[in-house]
Amino acid sequence: MTEDTAEQTSELPADQATKNRPVALLTQIEKTYHLDSIDVPVIKGVDILVRHAKFTVLLGPSGSGKTTLLNMIGCIDKPDKGEIIVSDCKVGELTDDALSDFRAKNIGFIFQNFNLLPVLSAYENIEYPLLLAGASAKKRGERVPRLLNAVGLADRAKNLPGQLSGGQRQRVAIARALARKPKLVIADEPTANLDSQTGAAILALMRRMVERYEISFIFSSHDPEVIKAADDTIFLKDGLISGIRRKGLEDGQ
Amino acid sequence: MMTLNLAIRNLLRNRRRSFATLLAMAIGSTSILLFGGFSTNVNYELHTRHVQKGGHLQIQHRDFYLYGSGNPTAYGIADYKKIMAAIESDEVLKNMVLVATPALQFGGIAGNYAASVSRTIIGNGFVAQDINRMRQWNDFDLSTKAPLSALEGAAADAAVVGTGVARVLQLCEALKIASCPKPEKEQKADGKALPDDIAQLSLQETPAASGAGAANPRRVEVLVVNARGAPNVTSLEVIRAEDQGVKELDEVSMLMHLAQLQQLIYGKSEPKVTSIILQLRHSSQIPLARARLAPILANFSASQPLAVLDFRELNPFFVQTMLMFDTIFGFVFVLIGGIVLFTVSNTMNTTVVERTVEIGTLRAIGLRRGGILRLFVIEGALLGFCGAVFGAVLALVLAAIINKIGMPWLPPGNVELVPFTVNVWGENRMILGTTFGLICIATLSAWWPAYRAARLDVVEALRHV
Repeated sequence: MTEDTAEQTSELPADQATKNRPVALLTQIEKTYHLDSIDVPVIKGVDILVRHAKFTVLLGPSGSGKTTLLNMIGCIDKPDKGEIIVSDCKVGELTDDALSDFRAKNIGFIFQNFNLLPVLSAYENIEYPLLLAGASAKKRGERVPRLLNAVGLADRAKNLPGQLSGGQRQRVAIARALARKPKLVIADEPTANLDSQTGAAILALMRRMVERYEISFIFSSHDPEVIKAADDTIFLKDGLISGIRRKGLEDGQ
Repeated sequence: MMTLNLAIRNLLRNRRRSFATLLAMAIGSTSILLFGGFSTNVNYELHTRHVQKGGHLQIQHRDFYLYGSGNPTAYGIADYKKIMAAIESDEVLKNMVLVATPALQFGGIAGNYAASVSRTIIGNGFVAQDINRMRQWNDFDLSTKAPLSALEGAAADAAVVGTGVARVLQLCEALKIASCPKPEKEQKADGKALPDDIAQLSLQETPAASGAGAANPRRVEVLVVNARGAPNVTSLEVIRAEDQGVKELDEVSMLMHLAQLQQLIYGKSEPKVTSIILQLRHSSQIPLARARLAPILANFSASQPLAVLDFRELNPFFVQTMLMFDTIFGFVFVLIGGIVLFTVSNTMNTTVVERTVEIGTLRAIGLRRGGILRLFVIEGALLGFCGAVFGAVLALVLAAIINKIGMPWLPPGNVELVPFTVNVWGENRMILGTTFGLICIATLSAWWPAYRAARLDVVEALRHV
């Protein structure tokens, strides 16, 4: 048994009921942006269910509301109307600090521009969320090399983000998102700034992470090609869901 | 620790900007410390000069300080020898007191009849030996030494006058005083053209006719009012003129032996003094010495109310000068503090704008608002710390160089040129105060940008381009 496999085994949820519960549930979500005196409705009453340990894609053209929905699921934005439950918690009722703690514990983020801290090495970037959680040096010393190994960057641990390629940076970002064993990872167009080959590799890596760590991934894209990698695909158009496709289930279920 | 580490790395990230901010702070810190060092040196110089001249404490008649200048002899202290003996036998005071010496102040008229000039004077009678011992006090280890009084070892009728007195009494030539302007000779009538009776009077008053002063051109006649209110005159030989530093004082000052002055004022009656001067080993001993003196003086206060005044009370000019320097120091600190405030604030504002996306990322991955605030405030405090410490080191180096060069300058009220000295080394209170003050200002300057950063909306921050 390899080290990674050992970790995977230890992270398998024991309770089958947990597996059946949605990681995120959005009910009648509405969101309007106010640009000067103009109101721009972005999300117009959307219900979404994000399944446990599934690879979910929000697909739609620019301006369809993908990023806004992701931000709300990631608890960094609030809806004007509707309720959001993430990991069995009504996040709308949390204070700002409680929401920060909730994000730190339950949600990982992968950004289009990687958003690594430029002054920290690859190792330190992955370690940072663990430091925020007050993880012991021993725990950090075990966890970070394992994640670096999982994303194939064990030999780049000491490199600063500026010394890494785009694909390598995104791998570090994925490892950072997984550092605290979150229940949900949010990825906003994670392959948009990568060439097609690297983008495909990153998609494949995320897909592997879903299977290995049983974490739900939800990410946005306007590339129809990513549907192939997704378990669930939610089609958005003009702030409304135009269709849902879940592998193994009928359309719309 | 993590936040500190991140803050340090963020500062090193934009080295040029951090260095520019740090340099501005360091220059500010150096300027404050150098001015503070100069001000401290002026304080030490004045402090030393006053203590050398008038001791730390003076025991006087309670009303002498306020009313004594009009009629000093009316406020004489009787039994002054007994008081001094009691002080010298006190177990605590005898270890603190370096010099205890009596002094008698008087007012009168000095005349050089050979030159037909006279002027009012305020004089002091001292024990010359004690005065010279007092002039050796140097608790601040200054490089300049006070010149010793020429009265020590001089004849009983010797006197030392201010250069202004010598000038007015036209003694410059006799005393060999350089750069002493002489007045143009007045066209005095010799009396021959005047009516007979007036001419006779004029000729009688002409020095050449009287012959006074012709034998010794340094002799002056001093007229005082004795203890009984009658005029008394003595002839003194001016042995030296000493610059008193201040023109007003220089033109009235006369010093002579205490015994000579007491003889002149008190005659055969019991001699008195107007002050008992006490010079202590250290200025910090003043409060303790005062406390010890109180019960001793109480024993002598039945017949004469006595008071103890310290050199600050006796020399309000000193206190005013130091207050002025303190005010200027405070003003300089506020000015430089303001510059530091805006420099650090500007740097931190720019940093916040540049790192908006990073702030959004940190918030998204779970760093609380307080964490963001802490991060930027620590960065500001670190800038302040490094700038202030660098400034302090720079000030120490520059002060050492300035002191080594020793440029001569004449402090206000000083008689001789002294080397321009800046006291920074060893002035721990000033160094720590300035350093701490600037760190506080830098931290405060970083607080607002940090607060702004902490309040940023996460989504807006992540969208920032």
